[in-house]
Amino acid sequence: MSVPVLEVKNLRRDYVSSGGPFRPAKVVHAVKDVSFTLEKGKTLAVVGESGCGKSTLARMITLIDQQTSGEIIVDGATVEARHGVSAALRRKVQIVFQNPYGSLNPRQKIGSVLAEPLLLNTSMSPAERRDKAMTMLLKVGLQEEHFNRYPHMFSGGQRQRIAIARALMLNPSFLVLDEPVSALDLSVQAQILNLLKDLQDEFGLTFVFISHDLSVVRYIADEVMVMYFGEVVEHGSRDAVFEDPQHDYTRTLFAATPRTDISSIKARLARKSAA
Amino acid sequence: MAMLEIKNLTVAFDTAAGLFKAVDGIDVSVDGREVLAIVGESGSGKSVAMLAVMGLLPATATVTADVMNFEGKDLLAMPANQKRAIIGKEIAMIFQEPIASLNPCFTIGFQIEEVLNQHMGLRGNAARQRAVELLQMVGITDGAERLGAFPHQMSGGQCQRVMIAMAIACDPKLLIADEPTTALDVTIQKQILDLLVSLQDRYGMALIMITHDMGVVAETADRVIVQYKGNKMEEADVLSLFENPQSNYTRALLSALPENAVGDRLPTVADFEDTDGGMSR
Repeated sequence: MSVPVLEVKNLRRDYVSSGGPFRPAKVVHAVKDVSFTLEKGKTLAVVGESGCGKSTLARMITLIDQQTSGEIIVDGATVEARHGVSAALRRKVQIVFQNPYGSLNPRQKIGSVLAEPLLLNTSMSPAERRDKAMTMLLKVGLQEEHFNRYPHMFSGGQRQRIAIARALMLNPSFLVLDEPVSALDLSVQAQILNLLKDLQDEFGLTFVFISHDLSVVRYIADEVMVMYFGEVVEHGSRDAVFEDPQHDYTRTLFAATPRTDISSIKARLARKSAA
Repeated sequence: MAMLEIKNLTVAFDTAAGLFKAVDGIDVSVDGREVLAIVGESGSGKSVAMLAVMGLLPATATVTADVMNFEGKDLLAMPANQKRAIIGKEIAMIFQEPIASLNPCFTIGFQIEEVLNQHMGLRGNAARQRAVELLQMVGITDGAERLGAFPHQMSGGQCQRVMIAMAIACDPKLLIADEPTTALDVTIQKQILDLLVSLQDRYGMALIMITHDMGVVAETADRVIVQYKGNKMEEADVLSLFENPQSNYTRALLSALPENAVGDRLPTVADFEDTDGGMSR
């Protein structure tokens, strides 16, 4: 068996609020003992409501925040973050954030947004960087004339394409997508999901996909992990979790998801006219 | 006669690039006790049309309509002071971002009491009691303590409940909800939708739901208007819309739902557009 791209063992993160003279310090266990392995080319979806620790988990595996305890193993090598993370390791891990309006610098042209990771991490010449950035721009479905535009000239869906392109510039081992489509309209959401699938097929990308929308998860995930108050309450293949949810919270999530099939609309209208 | 009747509504914005028509000749009518959903993607003019009814558009907007009547009274010709007596009292609106639509400088108690003060003439203890009652109605049980809380001390779902409490404070006849659950989690979304529908049913309001989410439509609406680029594409009752969509755009919206995915790709709106970028009905 090949080495998994990402392995996480007993990951924990506590937040300690500073106490005062009359107030004891409070400890919040944001993530409790999370373990999983992720193979190359697969998509792991992390599902849960706000406050369940899924974004804290994302920040730890992208090496933005340090874990309180536990191990993160990227490409078979354990991350020793206590003395700082090496540039080589940083290159392997990239993230796309939820809000495409907040994650792009308004004063930076798209061309330099895309070329900046190369400038910081490689010794490529300006011409090479420009070529690479242009290729990636076309790859995510934008046009050449977009190269010299500013972020405010783009729609939300286009900005999310730019954020995805930027994350892919350094050929990362895996990509963390933190609610990448929840700020987008339904039809734009479909375009971005298609783009992610196409890119995954083409480059063999590995995704950690964080979402609270089960219908999106069902479409994109290979494996599903459900989190509730910092704990993993269910973890399995997509089909197993969707067809036979084990935990009560997973069932609550399913029950809360709006149903669009004809029979449930009929049932709702019947209930309404009966009442 | 319909409660709210709008005929041939056009809203144009004066921009540097010339006049831009955000809403182009739309008819909307709502009866009492009815849930109408207006669906469309961003830029379809679904919010702008309702903001025009509320009179909340900036000065750069030009609103024209053949008819814009609420209970037989012409909203366009009405003087501002009469309109203020209707807006916020008989017609109330809640918005997408609950945390952004509450004033961060005042307690939620102050903000709910302000509405009661303005429209119902309730003051002091009477206003306070009514505010607690309203919070109870929207599912905040420890209302008396919560009145002193500031918006930042509450979660998004709770803020949306407070917004709903403010909106129903004066027993409105029509409640307009502009993407009320888009910023919320699925479990909270379900609670808020159930709350809105049960309030609508209990107090006999008319409810207009503005949304881009076909799931929300399926869970709440009686009748649906589908809007695209400022034009009405389709109007139908909810069952026939899902069973037998008439316009190409509605079919596009339905097939963009991830649960309806056929094979490996999701069809997008562009796949349904005509070659010239238009959308045939």
